[in-house]
Amino acid sequence: MRTFDIENIENVAVGAAVLGTGGGGDPYIGKLMAIQAMRECGPVQLLSLDEIKDDDLIGIAAMMGAPTVMVEKLPSGDEIVTAFRALESYLGRKITVIMSAEAGGLNSTVPFALAARVGLPVVDADGMGRAFPELQMTTLTIYGLGATPLAIADEKGNSAVINTISNKWTEQLARSLTIDMGSSAMIAGFTMTGKQMREAAVPATISLAEKIGATIREARRNSTDPVATVLEVSNGIKLFKGKISDIERRTETGFARGEATIVGIGEDQGSTLKIRFQNEFLIALKDGEVMATVPDLITILDAETGEPITTESLRYGFRVVVMAMPCNEKWRTPMGLELVGPRYFGYDLDYVPVEELAARRNAS
Amino acid sequence: MLRIGIDVGGTNTDAVLMSGTSVLGWVKAGTTRDVTTGITAALRELLAKTQAATSDISAVMIGTTHFVNAVVQRRDLTETAIVRLGLPATKGLPPMIDWPSDLRDVLGNHAYLAHGGYEVDGRLIAPLDEAELRQIAADIRAKGISSVAVSAVFSPVNGELEQRAAAILREELPDVTFSVSSEIGRIGLLERENAAIMNACLADLGRKTIQAFRDALKELNINAQLFLTQNDGTLMSSEFAEKFPVLTFSSGPTNSMRGAAFLSGLKDAIVVDIGGTTTDVGVLSHGFPRESSVAVEIGGVRTNFRMPDVYSIGLGGGSIVQTEPLAVGPRSVGYEITSKARIFGGEQLTASDIAVAAGMADFGDRSKVADLDTGLVERAVERIQNMVAEAVDRMKTSATALPVIVVGGGSILVRDQVEGASELVKPDHYPVANAVGAAIAQISGEVDKIFTLVELTREAALQQAREEAIARAAAAGADPASIQIVDVEDVPLAYLPGNATRIRVKAVGDLQIRS
Repeated sequence: MRTFDIENIENVAVGAAVLGTGGGGDPYIGKLMAIQAMRECGPVQLLSLDEIKDDDLIGIAAMMGAPTVMVEKLPSGDEIVTAFRALESYLGRKITVIMSAEAGGLNSTVPFALAARVGLPVVDADGMGRAFPELQMTTLTIYGLGATPLAIADEKGNSAVINTISNKWTEQLARSLTIDMGSSAMIAGFTMTGKQMREAAVPATISLAEKIGATIREARRNSTDPVATVLEVSNGIKLFKGKISDIERRTETGFARGEATIVGIGEDQGSTLKIRFQNEFLIALKDGEVMATVPDLITILDAETGEPITTESLRYGFRVVVMAMPCNEKWRTPMGLELVGPRYFGYDLDYVPVEELAARRNAS
Repeated sequence: MLRIGIDVGGTNTDAVLMSGTSVLGWVKAGTTRDVTTGITAALRELLAKTQAATSDISAVMIGTTHFVNAVVQRRDLTETAIVRLGLPATKGLPPMIDWPSDLRDVLGNHAYLAHGGYEVDGRLIAPLDEAELRQIAADIRAKGISSVAVSAVFSPVNGELEQRAAAILREELPDVTFSVSSEIGRIGLLERENAAIMNACLADLGRKTIQAFRDALKELNINAQLFLTQNDGTLMSSEFAEKFPVLTFSSGPTNSMRGAAFLSGLKDAIVVDIGGTTTDVGVLSHGFPRESSVAVEIGGVRTNFRMPDVYSIGLGGGSIVQTEPLAVGPRSVGYEITSKARIFGGEQLTASDIAVAAGMADFGDRSKVADLDTGLVERAVERIQNMVAEAVDRMKTSATALPVIVVGGGSILVRDQVEGASELVKPDHYPVANAVGAAIAQISGEVDKIFTLVELTREAALQQAREEAIARAAAAGADPASIQIVDVEDVPLAYLPGNATRIRVKAVGDLQIRS
C-alpha cells in the first residue's frame, strides 16, 4: 500500500497518454478532477494486487462519451459519486476497492477523483492495459465477468442502473444514455470479488503509467532524450522515426477513421510508415509490411519531448518516433483477439505479437 | 497612400514606410519601457529620413509584445471577476483552477458560477437564472471590481446565452468592462475562459496603451487609421484592440514570417529570423505561418491560441563566442552589443565580430578583430552555419529541399547557402521584415464550431462555416472582393457515432482603406 498524492497523479496523467495509444481522451481534465478531489479530501491509498483480499468487492469507475465534449462541459464532480452510490444502493452492498477501467487516457485518473471523495483505496490494475473505444473491450469480458449492474449518472443528478445479457449490450445501452445525458457521463459497474479481479484484470498498469510519466517529466526537466528511457521502462520496441507528411481522415460506418503517413528520417530515411487509426492507433505498416497491430499498443511520441501525440492532434510536419508495446497476454487468447483483434476493427489481418514480428525482421 | 508598419520587440522598435508594395524607408530604434516613447522616436526618425508628408499616411499598423509581457511580468493588471455559466455542470473544476497562485492573487480570486450553458447538441444544460446573475452583479459592485469576464459551456457553438448574461450584468454594472469568451477563444472551456480572464485583466492597460499610441500619432500630426496586429498576423482596428488586447499575444513571430513571404515573393518556404539573442525558425505554407497544435502556456496559464509553430535557438548577432572549446551562444550581450562587442571597442567576442572578421559583413571597427586567428574564425562561421542548418532541418516536413528566407538584423551571420535548402534568399529590407509584416497585414474572420450532421450534410456544414467566416472578415473591415478562405479543418469527434464534426474555417481579405 502506498499513498498516492498530487505529484503521483501528475506522473500518471503523462504516462496514461502513452498507454492511450493515440486515444482515451486527453488526461488533462481527468487529472484536474483527481487533483481537485485530493485537495478537498486528501490523498488516496494505492493497493497492489497481492494486497487485495479474496472477498473484497471491487467496482470500476469511468467516464463515458466524447472527450471533446468533456473539455467544454466540465464535470460537476458529483456525477461519479452519484453513479457509485446508485450502484451500491442497487447491490445492497458496499464496494471496498475502486479500479480503473482503462489505464490509457483520462480514465486512468478518474477513479482517483472518486476514491478521494468516498474514502476508498484504488487497486494498481485496470481492465485493458491501454485504451479501447468500447465498454466490452476489457479482459474482464474474457473471464466472463459482467459489466452490469452498471450505474450511469450525469451532472444534473439523473442516474440509471441497467442490466443486460452481455457486455456488448451494456456498451450499446450505456452509449445511448450517454448521448441523452449530453455525450459525457460517468459510469460505475463491473463489480467483482477480489479473487475474480486478480484473475481477470491487467495488473500493475497504474504504476506503469506513473513510471512512464515520471520518466518523460524528468527528461523534460533535464533536457535529456526521453524516447530511449520511455522504451526502456515500457518494454517498448522502436518501430520508426520520421516526419508526419500526410493525415487523411474520413467518417466510415459511424466512426472517425484515418491514416497517417510518416516519411523516414535518420536510419529510416527512404522508408514510409503508414498508421491506420480509429480513435486509437490500430495498425502500423512500414513500406507495406506489418510492424504491429492492435491489441499491441502503438504509440507516437514527439521525437524531441517524448510527449505522446493523439489521433486528434496529429499534424503535418511533426517529427515523431513510433513505438509499440506488447499487450497483456490475456488479449492474445482466441477470445481476446475476437474482442479486439485486427479483424474486429475491420482489417483482414492475422494478429502476430509485435515482438515476434520484430524477431522475424531481425532474422531476415 | 502610405502605410507605416511598426514592430515593438524586446530590444528594438522597427518602423517601415510603405507605398503599396514598395518599401520607401525604414528605421530601427530602441524599445522603451512605456513602449510609446520608442514608437514616437522611431516615427520621428522615419519621417525625417523619408521626407514623407504626414497627410499622405493613411494607416499605421503596430505589432507589440506589451500586453503579453504585462501578464508574464504580472504588472499593470486590473482586478477581474469571472462569471461562468455552466451549473450544475463544471463546478468540479472552477475558473482559474490550474493557474499559478501569484497571478490568481493579483487578479483577486473572484470566481462566480451561475446556471446556464449548452449541451453539445444545442439543448440547455440549465436555463439562465436572472435573479442569480443580479445577485452576482451586486457582489461585484460591492467589491468595486471594474472588469468582468463571462464564459459559458459551448458558447463558441451558440453565443446567445453568454451574450444575454453579459447584457443582464451590464444593466447592473454600467461602468464595468466585459470580456465575453465566445468573442475571444475557441472550443475548450478552461482555455477559452483563461483567455477571456487575461483579456479582462488587461482592460485598463489596453485602454491606456492604445490611447498613448493615438496621442503619439497626433503629436506627430499623423491623422491615419490605427491598427494592431493579432496572433494570426491579421489586423484589428485600435477600437477593437482596446477591447481585445489578449489577441496581440503572439503577433511578433507571425509578422516576421509574413513580412519574409512578402519581401521574397515566396509562399512556401522556411523562414529564419535572426535577431540579437535568438533565431526563430518557422514554416510558411501558402504564405501563412504553420501553426502549432500543442496547448501554449502564457505566464503559466494554459491557452488554446493558435500560435505559429516556431523553433527557437540561442543564436543572434550578440551571441557570445567562446573559443575553448568553441561555442556560440546561447548567452548574448543583447542590446549592449554597441558597447560590448569587439568591433564596437568592447572586450566580448560575439557572433557579429566573427561575421565582420570573416568578411561577411562590414560594420563597427574592422581593425579590432584583425588579430583573430583565421582558423578560429572559419570554425566559428562553420558552427553558426550548422546551427542554422540543424534548426531548418528540424522544421522541414519532407526531404524535399525548400527555399530558406533569412531575415532580421542578425542575417549577416549566415552565408549564401544552407545545407538542405533549395536556395537561400535574403530579401531587400531583411532587417525589418517584422515591421513590413505588420504594414502588409490583412483582415481575417474565423469560425470554430461543432456541427451535428443529422439534418445538415457535411458539405452544407462546411459551406455554412465558410460563409460565416467570410461575413466575419467583412465585418472586421476586409474588402469583400478580396476575401479568400485560407484554412479549413474538419475533424470528426472521437468516441461519438459519426454525426458530429468540428469545423474551423478562416477567411482573410485586404484591408479596406477608409477614404
